[in-house]
Amino acid sequence: MGLVLVTSADLRKSFMNTPALKTPLYDWHIENGARMAPFAGYEMPIQYKGIVAEHTATRTALGLFDISHMGRLRFDGPRADQLLDHLLTRRVLDMQPGQVRYSLVCNEEGGILDDVLVSCLESPSSKIYFLLVVNASNKDKIVSWLQPHLADFPDVEFHDVTAATAMIAVQGPKAVEACQKLLPASSLQLGYYKAKVTEQMSKPCIVSRTGYTGEDGFELIVRAEDAPRVWENILLSGRDAGAQPVGLGARDTLRLEAGMPLYGHELSEQIDPYTAGLSFACSLKDRQFIGSSFLANRAKESLPVKRVGLSIEGRRAAREESKCFDHDQREIGVVTSGTFSPTLGRPISMAYIHSDLARTGSQIEVDIRGSRAAATIVDLPFYKRP
Amino acid sequence: MTIRPEDLRYCKSHEWAYAPADSGGIATIGISAFAVAELNDLVFMALPLLGQTISAGDEFGEVESVKAVSPMYSPVSGEIVDVNTELVDRLESLNSDPYDQGWIIRIKMSDPTELTKLLDYSAYQKLLSQNG
Repeated sequence: MGLVLVTSADLRKSFMNTPALKTPLYDWHIENGARMAPFAGYEMPIQYKGIVAEHTATRTALGLFDISHMGRLRFDGPRADQLLDHLLTRRVLDMQPGQVRYSLVCNEEGGILDDVLVSCLESPSSKIYFLLVVNASNKDKIVSWLQPHLADFPDVEFHDVTAATAMIAVQGPKAVEACQKLLPASSLQLGYYKAKVTEQMSKPCIVSRTGYTGEDGFELIVRAEDAPRVWENILLSGRDAGAQPVGLGARDTLRLEAGMPLYGHELSEQIDPYTAGLSFACSLKDRQFIGSSFLANRAKESLPVKRVGLSIEGRRAAREESKCFDHDQREIGVVTSGTFSPTLGRPISMAYIHSDLARTGSQIEVDIRGSRAAATIVDLPFYKRP
Repeated sequence: MTIRPEDLRYCKSHEWAYAPADSGGIATIGISAFAVAELNDLVFMALPLLGQTISAGDEFGEVESVKAVSPMYSPVSGEIVDVNTELVDRLESLNSDPYDQGWIIRIKMSDPTELTKLLDYSAYQKLLSQNG
């Protein structure tokens, strides 16, 4: 058999001649039986016990994710907010410490360079600064993109803090309970998309109530050298609640069920935010940013294609690049992500379909490696936490 | 009939063939316990049609896990004379029995000497240990 453990195009593209980078938790993953694979230049855990077991643990109890490969970019200085406001589709100038916003970075033609989280934070010494969390696969691109703008804002200090830090996601209905003994009450009480600079048992830690799974939980940023202790602390504290380490395999099935886009699949430089269904991430009123004039026009136009969910009949998943057809055999769209959904017990996909035909409930066909499967267009997300 | 892994011949691609002397030239084909463990979380198996002729090394089907699809390659040439269609509804049984009840297809061999080109049990075990 071709024992291809993961077929994702991202992994094929990530094959590099230089040795892969390791996160601060690499040794723990190896010692704990993780199946590793290169991803965005890093050796990452794809699974431990198995994708379905890890996915289910996150939906019913608690999953721990090493997401240290993601880029973490820090901006200090009085005009850091202006710099970022110029580059992001979301407004940054009115952000207060403790706020986190999902945003896009676009080029002049409104094409998406990356999807990011921007946080306004206050350090223990009362310094206000901004943190941008970017996709691992886009970090180098975004850092290059920043350079001419940093030159225009010489009073902004830019630091790529990725290698000096680690990032751990704690996701699931038991996430808050498991962190009771680990984080101060003020962190446990953070609202959705709020963040705080705090300590995890006397180790500096940025906590945010954010995630990429559709479950409640936190994302923690700690110093690289503290990561193994923090990871072990959470696993121990969450053990009775059923805490499990979770790899990138289940991270993908979880985000797909939650209808969340993934760069390189639903998002790319050829796709604008409106087509991607991310108009909420664009604040056009009374501001200009790179791409804003293009997007202002786009916002008024009807869109040729629309991002939808597909519920596939049968057991075979319709993965990226699978073509979609109507019953008259006309090609009407393409799948961007697909998998077998452990929660729903059937294959699900996200696809871009011609807008005229992208009606919820419509029956279409999807080509899966040469044979057709029936599919129904459904609203996103496929799963919402109770 | 109890199929023992020690009695089987193997492809490097982890399919096995069982053709004892009294099988009348019919090889029973499946995938090894190693392959099942590597794939994990099986959700679907695509099987060939009865009567198809196939050559050694040809793809005879696919097995799909949550994350990936893997082709299955035939160890021998011949005509497909039996297909274990009901296996598809109990793929998780392969975790405990990929041999007896886990057989996938049966082939009436056109050239039984092809079996000698496959790995025997100890050679297959050696291959697995080299891969770590």
